[in-house]
Amino acid sequence: MDITFENVSYTYQKNTPFEHKALENISFHIPKRSFVAIIGHTGSGKSTLIQHLNGLLIPTEGKVTIGEYELTKEKKPENMKALRSKVGIVFQYPEHQLFEETVEKDIAFGPKNFGLDDATIEKRIKEVLPKVGLSEELLSRSPFDLSGGQMRRVAIAGVLASKPSVYVLDEPTAGLDPRGQKEIMDMFYELHHEEKATTILVTHNMEDALKYADYIIILNKGKKYMEGTSEEIFKHEEALHNVHLKVPQSIQFIKQFNERFQTDIPLKKHSLEELAEKIVKSIRSKTDE
Amino acid sequence: MSNFMIIGQYVPVDSFIHRLDPRTKIIIIFFFVIFVFFANNVWSYGLLTVFTFITILTTKVPFRFILKGLTPVWFLILFTMLLHIFLTKEGPVVFELFTLEIHLGGIMKGLVISLRFMLLVAMTILLTLTTTPIDITDAIEKLLNPLKKVKFPVHELALMMSISLRFIPTLMQETDKISKAQSSRGVDFRTGPIKERIKAIIPLLIPLFVSAFKRAEELAMAMEARGYRGGEGRTKLRELSFHRNDYVSFIIFAVVIVILMIVRN
Repeated sequence: MDITFENVSYTYQKNTPFEHKALENISFHIPKRSFVAIIGHTGSGKSTLIQHLNGLLIPTEGKVTIGEYELTKEKKPENMKALRSKVGIVFQYPEHQLFEETVEKDIAFGPKNFGLDDATIEKRIKEVLPKVGLSEELLSRSPFDLSGGQMRRVAIAGVLASKPSVYVLDEPTAGLDPRGQKEIMDMFYELHHEEKATTILVTHNMEDALKYADYIIILNKGKKYMEGTSEEIFKHEEALHNVHLKVPQSIQFIKQFNERFQTDIPLKKHSLEELAEKIVKSIRSKTDE
Repeated sequence: MSNFMIIGQYVPVDSFIHRLDPRTKIIIIFFFVIFVFFANNVWSYGLLTVFTFITILTTKVPFRFILKGLTPVWFLILFTMLLHIFLTKEGPVVFELFTLEIHLGGIMKGLVISLRFMLLVAMTILLTLTTTPIDITDAIEKLLNPLKKVKFPVHELALMMSISLRFIPTLMQETDKISKAQSSRGVDFRTGPIKERIKAIIPLLIPLFVSAFKRAEELAMAMEARGYRGGEGRTKLRELSFHRNDYVSFIIFAVVIVILMIVRN
């Protein structure tokens, strides 16, 4: 589903001394099937922004369009549940939302609310479990007996089981060990391509943004600071520094290499082999001259 | 961050009343509550109403916050007023319908009782609107200090109060977060039949309790790790002390009370 924000502002506790402007005049367009990273520091408005994606918050000004659903202050969709079944949000520390007696019931909770029948739900659970790396033996256990990492996977499985067409991931790997982080992110990346979904990743990790996203939106203090492909974004190292963001190590390396050897390797994601090949090629062409 | 507004939540503006020692405010409000019951004619009620209004103006807290504070008691006020109007049989009859008689005395009494209610609530809510919870607990600890002599656990009580007050916003945030997460999973807290809505609370309550218990355990551990052993010999970062403004307030209040005792009959 295409996602469009038009001049969206959101103010918390409007008209009180606690008034706080979390988003200010934000506009962007996310075409369907793209993988977008939203980057910003704590308090930049990332979490407020994603809550507009399934109608948890309604913009105080402006318009949000998600597929056929339109959200404005005056008009919100009558069938919010339908929108929420299409936009799956994995919140920060999603394991905090577990509550059922068994893992199976908890995964089934979302799909059941969205009106799927038991047979379909059972099928979905069987599909989803291997994806998140859990074994079927766990299904009858209580989610509170599991380890933190397993709980996270159960919570993610609960979102996947509804088969949304938009995935919104709010720092899905925070607090996991490095291996768990990689597994979870790779899983989402694969899912994104397999299911032709639209994915929005909220993070403050530039490395992840570079590795997975085709497009990057940077927020700062509730305003859109920059947007573009990784190549466009990482060109402006100075501007990133101003909002305390770092250019990923591999990009820094390419940059310095380009300067030192007068080459022009593009500032984008490369695998180690690709990069080595490009370096060899560019140096060869230099020495040939 | 959330859109909740707690009734009586501290409003951070700077005013004469905000700067008073919390003990001053508690003592004055305590006696105000007692002396409201001494008022018994137009003059005494007028005096207290004017005093309350002037206090409200001095706090610089927007008036709607105080009105909002009255919302939970509106029903009670209305109810007692109606009871008085229909059940008090004093004074001349002003209205008669079949067996129903409404007496002038009833109307008067109803009005007076409602006014008394409003004064009490408005005044007490000013305490929490102008004083941070930490200040209130500090003041209560200090005021109850003499009870230590009879082995009353004053410090522990104050600690319990400040911990619970401290965690109200945290729990509100947590509630907001979890209710949003469950809404995203298709729970509908707002519409549908009552039975369904009550059921919808379960996915909210269980995670909330789980995290509250976890938090309590972590807090206890952190306190122990930092060597907390109760109030014995513990010093304070901010000592409370009375200043000129506090004495001025006490004197003004005393004058009001003296006038009250003179004008009542």
